[in-house]
Amino acid sequence: MDTDFLIQTLSSVVAASTPVVLASIGETISEKSGVINLSLDGSIALSAMSGFAVAFTTGSVTVGILAAMGVGAFIALIIAFASITLRQEQVAVGFVLTMLCTELADFLGNPFVRKPGPSVPHASIPYLSDVPIIGPILFDQNLVVYLSLLSFVAAWWWIYKTQPGLKLQGVGERPESAFARGVNVNRLRYIYTVVGGALVGLAGASYSLSIKLGWSHRHTFGIGWIALAVVIFGGWSPWRVALGCYLFGLLKALGSILQRNPAFARVPTQIFSSAPFALMIFALLLVSSEGVDRLLSLLPIRLARRVDRTIRGRSPGGLGKPFVQE
Amino acid sequence: MNPVTEERATSRLVRVFVGLVPVVLALLFTTLILVAVGAPPWEAYRSILAGAFESPEKIADVIAACVPLILCGAGMCITFTAGQWNVGVEGQIVLGAICATWVARNLLWPQVPVLTLMLLAGMLGGALWGALAGLLKVYGKVHEIFGGLGLNYLAQGLAIWLIFNPWKPADGATMSGTDPFPDPAWMPQLGHLRVAPLAVILALAAVAAVYFLLQGTRWGLELKALGKGFRSAFTLGVPSTPRLLVAFSACGALAGLAGAARCSARYGRMIPDIAGGQGYLSLLVALLVGYRPQWVVLVAFFFAAVGVGSPRLELNMHLDSSLGGVLRASVVLAVMLVSGWRALAARRQAQQSVQETA
Repeated sequence: MDTDFLIQTLSSVVAASTPVVLASIGETISEKSGVINLSLDGSIALSAMSGFAVAFTTGSVTVGILAAMGVGAFIALIIAFASITLRQEQVAVGFVLTMLCTELADFLGNPFVRKPGPSVPHASIPYLSDVPIIGPILFDQNLVVYLSLLSFVAAWWWIYKTQPGLKLQGVGERPESAFARGVNVNRLRYIYTVVGGALVGLAGASYSLSIKLGWSHRHTFGIGWIALAVVIFGGWSPWRVALGCYLFGLLKALGSILQRNPAFARVPTQIFSSAPFALMIFALLLVSSEGVDRLLSLLPIRLARRVDRTIRGRSPGGLGKPFVQE
Repeated sequence: MNPVTEERATSRLVRVFVGLVPVVLALLFTTLILVAVGAPPWEAYRSILAGAFESPEKIADVIAACVPLILCGAGMCITFTAGQWNVGVEGQIVLGAICATWVARNLLWPQVPVLTLMLLAGMLGGALWGALAGLLKVYGKVHEIFGGLGLNYLAQGLAIWLIFNPWKPADGATMSGTDPFPDPAWMPQLGHLRVAPLAVILALAAVAAVYFLLQGTRWGLELKALGKGFRSAFTLGVPSTPRLLVAFSACGALAGLAGAARCSARYGRMIPDIAGGQGYLSLLVALLVGYRPQWVVLVAFFFAAVGVGSPRLELNMHLDSSLGGVLRASVVLAVMLVSGWRALAARRQAQQSVQETA
């Protein structure tokens, strides 16, 4: 296999992973604050549709992207309101919104099906894109892809390296203690849920304006569920979540390379299209099953602990529970 | 005032009125959307109603469309009672249909044994697929939402593979499904109406059975304790793992029955999209009725009527039929928001009266 082909493949993996990266980083942010936004699959569909529809109508990709982010943020706001203020079950509200947004995207997107429209223009970054190997893979893309690269670095920096990030962790881990220290728990949860939702909206826009251009029925097929699973797989840590996304993208690319290979021509295509979801179950089994504990116990204890820490993460202590101020 | 006593004090009429508020809100929302796309709302609702009820044939279609919703909705009352989000129902329908199709294609027997076996095979397939999600949850600690969804996509892939390869129809038109079943494998229909009385009876029997199981047996009580939290179940001495697995399989069996009924009564063949979103839809049904299976029939009827009526939008007004889906989902969302709002108001009132007495 020659280097050019490898670089080209990796570059397309980075580009194709954009929506999953953005969505799962958005979800990581809101789950870090303790709120599960289960509506991802619907949110992405509706924001992908609105992003494309607005860009198509106004002729401006920027306006389209902003509209998509607004849609994502608004759906997240409904989840925040219903779960924080009204204390309804987060998962239930999220699931209903998934259904609602998917149907709404189909209904409102009907006039835009299979229309050719604008897309995010390619823009290689001068100098950086000339760096051998890394340049063409990371810096010869378009703006939305750069945003996805920025998203996990920025999320990591914000959560682990800044003062407000510390508060964010506290609100998600031990809301009572955070409250005792004078943090307005529910306000912060509102803010981070909406910020996370905006990133999910950006993920939708990146889908319809950069990866799979335009809009059609079931355009964003299942991608939100994958993103939700990757957050668990990545143990709620931005770097590992991003790594999970790229790993997933790489395996998918590998699948399509194999599919084109004549030796695999007899393998039914359904295997390739179902594979991501089998992979999803397997990945979750890997990070959560007790069987893995048993396997780890065969290793020397120090190595076992290190492996455990590398492959698994713990969910935020206050995840999914409403915070009630006594 | 205690919210419980307040609840009792409200008269029946007020309660009916409050119950209708979410429906009105949801209709308001869809009306706004219709206005936004420049379609006359009244005309749209009239099309949906006409599409669902204008003739005996249409009403029969609505009743037939209730069957999978009732079966799966009742099944999901079991898993919801156990505190489980059984999102895998869609895949369990598919597996039920696959197993029933296998029987229909391979056993060329008279009608009664073949139909019985098809339904039993469907239940078995659904139960196994449901148990798989349960196993992933109990032993693999994979949350049932992800286990179930993953299994849904896998079941869908399996169904399409079967139809495109071993069960390929003679004319090669794989998108419309397999060749039609031999005659004995068709569930008898009511004259020229497209509804199978047997399927309807089975669905109603399932609701009654689930109601009895949950309300009248120790098993149901133990399941409730499990759903409320493992602590109370522990106090009762409930073996949680077997209970959960049985709950998943029971729900799966009903979903599988729905799948078998769909391919035997509705299509008379296996089609690629055999579940057709019925699994996700019945999750909405189950959410709407809470843990009370006795309401499943009514909600399923409403959902089915909207589902049968809304394709008329495409015919009459060139609108996408997904408006029906928007209406159904927004009713459920509105119910959640309104009940949350009422609880909030009750809390505020309680707080106020505490402050006044203090």
